[in-house]
Amino acid sequence: MSFADEPAAGENLPILPGHVSPGRFERVLRAGHFAVTAEIAPPDSADPADVYARAMDFDGYVDAINATDGSGANCHMSSMGICALLTRRGYAMILQMSCRDRNRIAMQGDMLGASAMGVANVLCLTGDGVQSGDHPEAKPVFDMDSISALGMVRQMRDESAFLSGRALSTPPRLFLGAAANPFAPPLDFRPQRLAKKVAAGAQFVQTQYCFDVVRLKTYMARVRDLGLLEKVFILPGVGPLASAKSAEWIRKNVAGVHIPDAVIQRLAGAKDQKQEGVDLCVELMQEIKEIEGVSGIHLMAYRQEHRIGEIVIKSKVLGTRVPWSPPAS
Amino acid sequence: MKAVRDWSVRHARGLHGLYGGVEAVLSLLDPLLRRIGHERLDKPLAKVEGVVKGFLFDSKSCGQCTLGSTGMACPMNCPKTLRNGPCGGVRQNGGCEVKPEMTCVWVRAWEGSQQLEGPESGLQVIQLPVDHRRQGRSSWLHALRQKRETRG
Repeated sequence: MSFADEPAAGENLPILPGHVSPGRFERVLRAGHFAVTAEIAPPDSADPADVYARAMDFDGYVDAINATDGSGANCHMSSMGICALLTRRGYAMILQMSCRDRNRIAMQGDMLGASAMGVANVLCLTGDGVQSGDHPEAKPVFDMDSISALGMVRQMRDESAFLSGRALSTPPRLFLGAAANPFAPPLDFRPQRLAKKVAAGAQFVQTQYCFDVVRLKTYMARVRDLGLLEKVFILPGVGPLASAKSAEWIRKNVAGVHIPDAVIQRLAGAKDQKQEGVDLCVELMQEIKEIEGVSGIHLMAYRQEHRIGEIVIKSKVLGTRVPWSPPAS
Repeated sequence: MKAVRDWSVRHARGLHGLYGGVEAVLSLLDPLLRRIGHERLDKPLAKVEGVVKGFLFDSKSCGQCTLGSTGMACPMNCPKTLRNGPCGGVRQNGGCEVKPEMTCVWVRAWEGSQQLEGPESGLQVIQLPVDHRRQGRSSWLHALRQKRETRG
């Protein structure tokens, strides 16, 4: 789909009344469509062709693309670099900004740069600890945390001023996002933490991988009781597991990912484990879509990005709607 | 020390009251403290704070204490120094993502805050980013000045 006032690829959409950003992603959500976002795998390369090729896997299947920011504390092409390349082609990008590698001076500069390039969405994250990545000897910055970062960007946008109070001549027009992990302890605090993120400025939320729908339902009920459903768009995260063995590995080594035993047993018992992982992902999407307050799905198909199309189509979560794809050149 | 730190969280209610008491006393004494001069008092008071809070809470002397709003668990012990709640990396057993042998500071903070009622726990308060210039200075005097400012 494209909007009636769709400009040439690479140019911003007009900002509608009640909207904060010139982006397609905010338009899709505010129009009440069920949205799909996906994480792009950043290349270990300086070749733009690698980025364009990876983005093509998503054409017509997703509404916005998350460019990760050194996820797992591993070095890759930067989120800013990927966003710079893909916004030029008209893609709706979600810039991920973690607090691990930058202080407030760098982060605020990046917000101006990102908005100037046509990035309309930013996801403020704490970031994985450096110990989990390929440079454990690096200095962790954590000058801000995800919540104070959200507040900072909101101030830049709504009050047109840096954190210091110094005025901006043109504020960044950014739709503000946050991450949530409903599946990690302290579970009872998690809904309240989301409330804090919303109070700090979060307008959309993408969650950690969900493999436990019961736990997600409990969380969503609490989130509803806190009156957050009217204030924030929630997109639970899902992804295909490659095999029972890789699920075991993730459970043990990727902090914060909760995979119930039943999921691993189901994969282990399957003839084609990879296909079973995809089918499970499709089922999860369908179940999650039915939960009150869910506005979309966030796909993290690490190393299986080429299967995103198959997953989205099989899940039927988009109905007949086909998300934007770049005009053929 | 972990044992003392854990004890302090278990006794969050009492310590929260005591902490409030110290602040109230200092608040009463503030006219006198101002006459002596906050600048002159900062170093000795920061030393006292460092010893007492260091012993009880493993305080890192950030100079802008949040203990009263974090269930009496010092958030500066979090390897990511998160002051607004736990990151998404907390292990299923409550272990820290960065230091698995340590219980997440925010799991402790949640336990401590459960002894305090509703808004009294202060967990809902959005903490501003740390002012790194305040490291090693007295947070009690800082709190007095802030209180005075908000009173106008």
